Amino acid sequence: MSDQISEQHRIDLAPGDEGEGGVGLRVLGYVTGLGLALLLTATSFFIAGTDLVWQPSIPVAIIVLAIAQMGVHLVFFLHLTTGPDNTNNVMALAFGMLIVFLVIGGSLWIMANLNQNMVPMDQIMQMQR
Amino acid sequence: MADTTLAYAHPDPHRLRGIPHAAVVHEGPAPKRIVTGFGFWIFLLSDIVMFSCFFATYAVLVDQTAGGPKGSELFDLRRVAVETVLLLLSSFTCGLANIAADIRNKLWFQVGMAATCVLGLAFLYLEAREFADLVARGAGPTRSAFLTAFFSLVGCHGLHVSAGILWLLTMMAQVFAKGFRADIGRRIMCFALFWHALDIIWVAVFSVVYLLGSKP
Amino acid sequence: MFGKLSWSAIPIDQPIPMIASGVVALVILGVLAWVVLAGHLPYLWREWITSVDHKRIGVMYTLLAMVMLLRGFSDALMMRSQQAVAFQSQGYLPPEHYNQIFSAHGTIMIFFVAMPFVIGLMNLVVPLQLGVRDVAFPTLNSVGFWLTATGALLVNISLVVGEFARTGWLPYPPLSELTYSPGVGVDYYLWALQISGVGTLVAGINLVTTVLKLRTRGMTYLRMPMFCWTTLASNLLIVAAFPILTATLAMLILDRYFGFHFFTNEAGGNVMMFMNLIWAWGHPEVYILVLPAFGIFSEVVSTFSGKPLFGYRSMVLATMAICVISFMVWLHHFFTMGAGPTVNAIFGIASMIIAVPTGVKIYNWLFTMYGGRIRFDTPMLWAIGFMVTFILGGLTGVLVAVPPADFLLHNSLFLVAHFHNVIIGGVLFGAFAGYAYWFPKAFGFRLHEGLGKAAFWCWLIGFYVAFMPLYAVGFLGMTRRMQHYDVPEWRPWLLIAAAGAVIILIGIVFQIMQLVVSIRHREELRDRTGDPWDGRSLEWATASPPPVFNFAIPPDVTGEDAYWSLKVHAKQQSLGKREPDYKDIEMPRNSPTGFVCAFFATIMGFALIWHIWWMVAAGAIGAFTTFVAFAWRDHDEYVISANEVARIDRANVEERRAMTSLAEA
Repeated sequence: MSDQISEQHRIDLAPGDEGEGGVGLRVLGYVTGLGLALLLTATSFFIAGTDLVWQPSIPVAIIVLAIAQMGVHLVFFLHLTTGPDNTNNVMALAFGMLIVFLVIGGSLWIMANLNQNMVPMDQIMQMQR
Repeated sequence: MADTTLAYAHPDPHRLRGIPHAAVVHEGPAPKRIVTGFGFWIFLLSDIVMFSCFFATYAVLVDQTAGGPKGSELFDLRRVAVETVLLLLSSFTCGLANIAADIRNKLWFQVGMAATCVLGLAFLYLEAREFADLVARGAGPTRSAFLTAFFSLVGCHGLHVSAGILWLLTMMAQVFAKGFRADIGRRIMCFALFWHALDIIWVAVFSVVYLLGSKP
Repeated sequence: MFGKLSWSAIPIDQPIPMIASGVVALVILGVLAWVVLAGHLPYLWREWITSVDHKRIGVMYTLLAMVMLLRGFSDALMMRSQQAVAFQSQGYLPPEHYNQIFSAHGTIMIFFVAMPFVIGLMNLVVPLQLGVRDVAFPTLNSVGFWLTATGALLVNISLVVGEFARTGWLPYPPLSELTYSPGVGVDYYLWALQISGVGTLVAGINLVTTVLKLRTRGMTYLRMPMFCWTTLASNLLIVAAFPILTATLAMLILDRYFGFHFFTNEAGGNVMMFMNLIWAWGHPEVYILVLPAFGIFSEVVSTFSGKPLFGYRSMVLATMAICVISFMVWLHHFFTMGAGPTVNAIFGIASMIIAVPTGVKIYNWLFTMYGGRIRFDTPMLWAIGFMVTFILGGLTGVLVAVPPADFLLHNSLFLVAHFHNVIIGGVLFGAFAGYAYWFPKAFGFRLHEGLGKAAFWCWLIGFYVAFMPLYAVGFLGMTRRMQHYDVPEWRPWLLIAAAGAVIILIGIVFQIMQLVVSIRHREELRDRTGDPWDGRSLEWATASPPPVFNFAIPPDVTGEDAYWSLKVHAKQQSLGKREPDYKDIEMPRNSPTGFVCAFFATIMGFALIWHIWWMVAAGAIGAFTTFVAFAWRDHDEYVISANEVARIDRANVEERRAMTSLAEA
């Protein structure tokens, strides 16, 4: 194992490493990322406090904006791309996202169902008294 | 009999006819930088799964206020906005420090890291103020299940930021003492990944906890 | 000054823990005294404690597992004997002690026997099978092992200082909350698992990275041995599931230490969230344990049938399918706790679906054996014993996956019989098969066959005698964890079960004898070629025990069953006579980081359990300093010269050539 990236390993990249580009280009990438992130953040905060949009749409909008901003971070700060050199990194991310989705979605679904079917805990404790 | 042995001994017994072997070359172990970066990436994903448990618990317990205050009565969105901007800027400076490390510029690396550290500390200060205010108002984590989940989720992110700052200072000292050695370079890359990932978590925190929670 | 700790923490009035811990302490002191007096300490320190060699760490993991197996099994013997005598009487174990025993038994067997056993085997074998020099992060590997050992140590300290949890192997709140478990027992459980959990996570990250990023030239994904695939799947599950355990236990810790309300009855806490989260970890955990065992059986069945694995690709698919589906079934552990019919039905169906890929695997093993020339050595016996036993366990599993059936059987001894059926018949038999199969690779000599077979038959028969009655008594309505009972119909079954435990005990005695006899007769059992079983994968392509660098020349892989094709080519073209071009090899240097870090983790864990806050701070600072000191060192690799590599390799090549020419003559 060595630190030199030989010809044959051009098809593989460490997460967070950028494929190519000079300093100026790379800084520009971070500036773009920061700009987009600030824009999305500002929109989120604006939407949360405004009366101008249909209220029930607000939670959906906030979630969508949050996911968009995470995407911005992944692309501009963590340099995750769809290129072949990133396949392993993206596969790992996809697996992680699947687990996050299953844990959060599953928990909410199960717990909502339990709450619907069961008497709340504090009332059970009262009944025992 | 000899025939069967040969058939079993074929180097690729399950090879599908017509698929050329050239399509499946593998060039051997990856270089250390890729191995380290990928390993740390896996760690980050596991950390995100851990956060997802706190998020799930928060979502389940958010209405369990036990007669205590709700989120909309507690959250100060202006402070959260400032916190968010601080973290975003720190991610930016951290990225600049990372570039400086790649081109082996010590001065700009230290400047970038110091800026990241200051911004991170400012974030932590604001968060600590928020927590102290809530406790002083009788809305501490022991008040209700909602506040328990809130303090744990936001505090867990805060703990990560604190650990990140400890790591950051160690990296500054290492570069100061040892320069940009290959192994130190790999650690800087991992640190940058860590710091950016904390930002992603924060995006989820301010969206799910503060923005959604500020609706009455 | 010392928090909750005082002299009253030592249970002098209770003879059983005092005698047990006295014996354990004497044994440990005796071993330590022997090590120091015989002058083995420098050797141990240099070659084992500070070693970052994946083979050494794998052996230490396995050793830890086997020592803890004795502890966990003595708990099992006490439970079986208690239930055998406690008919219309209190038996000899008071309830508070009996509860600690079943809690410790489950905790130890899962976290400190099954986990280190499979992680140890993966550590030992996977880099060899991939044809590489070490795992991705060798020093981290050592840290992971020593943190696991720390957890095991804390569990055993609880025997002498304080008490262990009385809450079962998963501390369900509200029983485990401070209100109902004010003692330190649950804290011992929590911190032991948090610390060893970090170790497990580190091992998981390490092995995932190793399989995905470190493979020798030509080792594409679809040429990896099956064990590497199951290692990948199992460690992906570790990486995805253990953070859930960490988070859940952290929440319980916050409840107990700071009065938070995650799982309390008051202030809106929700007990069910604990069940939900703990099983979101707990079900993948089952597959974390059994997938490596599946991999071992795949290797063993293929080697001892002299055939490539049947349906390799379907096996890969089945493994990865299990990896994903195992995250979609966790509710079946709490069908009875109030979810509605929709949720129960969906999780029930998912639980039945996961049996399908497992069934695919069983058929693949059977068809691998079909038409093969089967050799019935010990590893193969374990594999066949597994297939029969595991099918039974799997079928009872499908039975309890049906929600209406589960409503009858939940928390009965039927369930206890079911999960012992899959864990002993699956994981433990797999671990023993791997132990017998790879022992010659690790140490350079085989295990005694006769004693190994005797141990196998005792385990197999003992298992059926001990656990089939529990299925029956479960149907008769006996619930788990009963300290005494007064139903006469249960008595005969429990007596039979106790007899089964004794048969297993004889099996364990045979295993200890086997190890001692094999070490004494190691010269007769010596494996000179490095390929004692006529193996098919790359671990058999190097000497036994392998040199520290594993392979003098990184092997080139051209197809599945990499070593088998090498052997065939060597015979056909009488190759391998040309001397390869040896090069210098860089290897990672030893490091005491893992050991020192675990030392501080032990201090920290103990201090946290007893609320000794200054000691917690000291431990944390010590652990951080250790890592900084490690990061500061200037030389992390050393070089083995090409001449030295050539000298070591030639010896093995000559042995092999002598054996081949002998076989041909």
